[in-house]
Amino acid sequence: MQLLQTIFLRLITTAVTLFGVAVIVFVVIRIVPGNPIAMMLPPGATEADIARLSALYGLDKSIPEQFAIWSGGVLRGDFGTSITTRQPVLGLVLGRLPATLELAIMALVMAVLIGGVMALTGTRLRGTRSEGAIDVANGMALSIPDFLWGLVLILAFGVLLPVFHISGRITPSLQLPFSTNFYLFESLVRLRFDLWADIVSHMFLPALALAIPLSAVIGQLLKQSLKETMHLDYVTLSRTKGYGENHVILHEALPNAILPTLTLIGVQFTFLIGGTVIIERLFSYEGLGNLAIDAVINRDLPLIQGIVILFAAIFTVVNLVVDLLYATLNPRLRHA
Amino acid sequence: MLDGRGAIQHRAGPRLWLSALWLGLLVVLALGAPWIAPKDPLAQDLMLGRLPPFWIDGAEPGYWLGTDSLGRDVLSRILWGARLALTVALVAGTLTCLIGATLGLMAGFLRGASDLVISRLVDIWMAFPPVLFSILLVAVLGPGLFSIIAAIVLIDWTRFARVVRAEAMTQGAMDYVASAQVAGRGRIGTMALEILPNVLPTIGVLLTLEMGIAVIVEAILSFVNLSISTDAPTWGGMIAEGRTSVHQAWWVLVFPLLALFLTVLSFSQLGEGLKDRFDPVLR
Repeated sequence: MQLLQTIFLRLITTAVTLFGVAVIVFVVIRIVPGNPIAMMLPPGATEADIARLSALYGLDKSIPEQFAIWSGGVLRGDFGTSITTRQPVLGLVLGRLPATLELAIMALVMAVLIGGVMALTGTRLRGTRSEGAIDVANGMALSIPDFLWGLVLILAFGVLLPVFHISGRITPSLQLPFSTNFYLFESLVRLRFDLWADIVSHMFLPALALAIPLSAVIGQLLKQSLKETMHLDYVTLSRTKGYGENHVILHEALPNAILPTLTLIGVQFTFLIGGTVIIERLFSYEGLGNLAIDAVINRDLPLIQGIVILFAAIFTVVNLVVDLLYATLNPRLRHA
Repeated sequence: MLDGRGAIQHRAGPRLWLSALWLGLLVVLALGAPWIAPKDPLAQDLMLGRLPPFWIDGAEPGYWLGTDSLGRDVLSRILWGARLALTVALVAGTLTCLIGATLGLMAGFLRGASDLVISRLVDIWMAFPPVLFSILLVAVLGPGLFSIIAAIVLIDWTRFARVVRAEAMTQGAMDYVASAQVAGRGRIGTMALEILPNVLPTIGVLLTLEMGIAVIVEAILSFVNLSISTDAPTWGGMIAEGRTSVHQAWWVLVFPLLALFLTVLSFSQLGEGLKDRFDPVLR
């Protein structure tokens, strides 16, 4: 009952947040000087042409009127038509979404692996010089944002030691048998490991750039929680029972230390998704972020709106899921 | 056994000094750019395009770090770019801090309606992808120094507001605040004279970190070509050009990247160092 109430309340605040985002974006991009319609017509178009096309896109009405029309459409699943490509916004955005999701999820997996290994190794080697080295590496990884890591990785593994691709999502000359845009996933399902390897080689560096700061956050918090747990009586008990240090860390301390880290990963995952915008640009990766920047540069109002709303929706949904997961995972909250 | 905290405090010294040293040097170089820079940062010479740095064969004397594809001197452009980076760090960082901390204090100490409105706004703000939002804002406001600063302030005030709000709430519940009010101090007076001084160390740390973030945001904006005018020397703009010609002229990317990397690292290490030293809350 409690849980249902929580979900209901959270759904309402989520709706309010998304509405707020929609209003702000809508107003912000419409106070812009410069008519997007004038930009898409060839020079020499008459005032009448501009007026006719403005009417076609509904840009001649007042902002509240435009918002009413737009939100009415959104509720019916119609996000309008992109001004530059003249295709439905929803289709464009959904076509790019898989690329961004695959990138974000791969980065998340990498961050969890790197951060987890850092924390466990740091705990295992606590009190030694190696622990200090891991702390320093962690501090570095934390201080530098993904954009800079991306550039460093391009130099290191794209130029100095060219082992990975540094632009695009897949080698353009390859024949693609895919029926969805989840290339990474579908290549695996179709057992096309040649394509899979090519895709991974393209995704590896952007995903790693996104993963490094998050892995440092994970490593730091998990190590801290492990450190606290290692002092608890039950851990000492299992040690006196004769279990080795590795067993004690992995089987006794870790399960109890991991909860705060899981919550944090959820929150930080939204930052990672936000980071895809510039990382995709940096690596010319054809995802939502790259589409978004193009849309902003081209003043493609309906497309910008659609993408920002989608990003905001992803953010709020991820937060919602994290809160619910936390409520189910944490026994103290479950019975509260 | 070695205590983790002891190890951290032991390292805080050199970390603080090295960061401060680099930032100090950068300030001097930026202020002195008109006299120190060996060339005009805007001067193009297509005959001197993509010259390598001085230790590589084919370098031209006077162009220490080489030239970009238009023959512009990389070193001079980095020095002039530092002026913009540091201006943005200082102005945008301070304004963000003032606005965010004030709103955070109000929400955390006065509570009530102001807390409701401010917290709701923070929630909405947190749902925006920040990079996309800043690009959008600058596109709307038009390129220029003012737009960059406005975009950073508009996006990052929540960083201060959230932390300061939580901190002001904790402080507000403490006994000394109650006694100050018993002694006859008003709400606003208590906020400014009792709460604020106790939140100040936290704010200082956040401000240092924010300056590093501002430098990065400016670089990102000029990377997507939305900073100040297109041929003005900016680190982000140089990086964008270097990215496209990275296989032909690595130095166009490496040197501005190095400057940006060190600056961002220094701000962040300075913030972390100050945190370890002065701020019991964030530690």
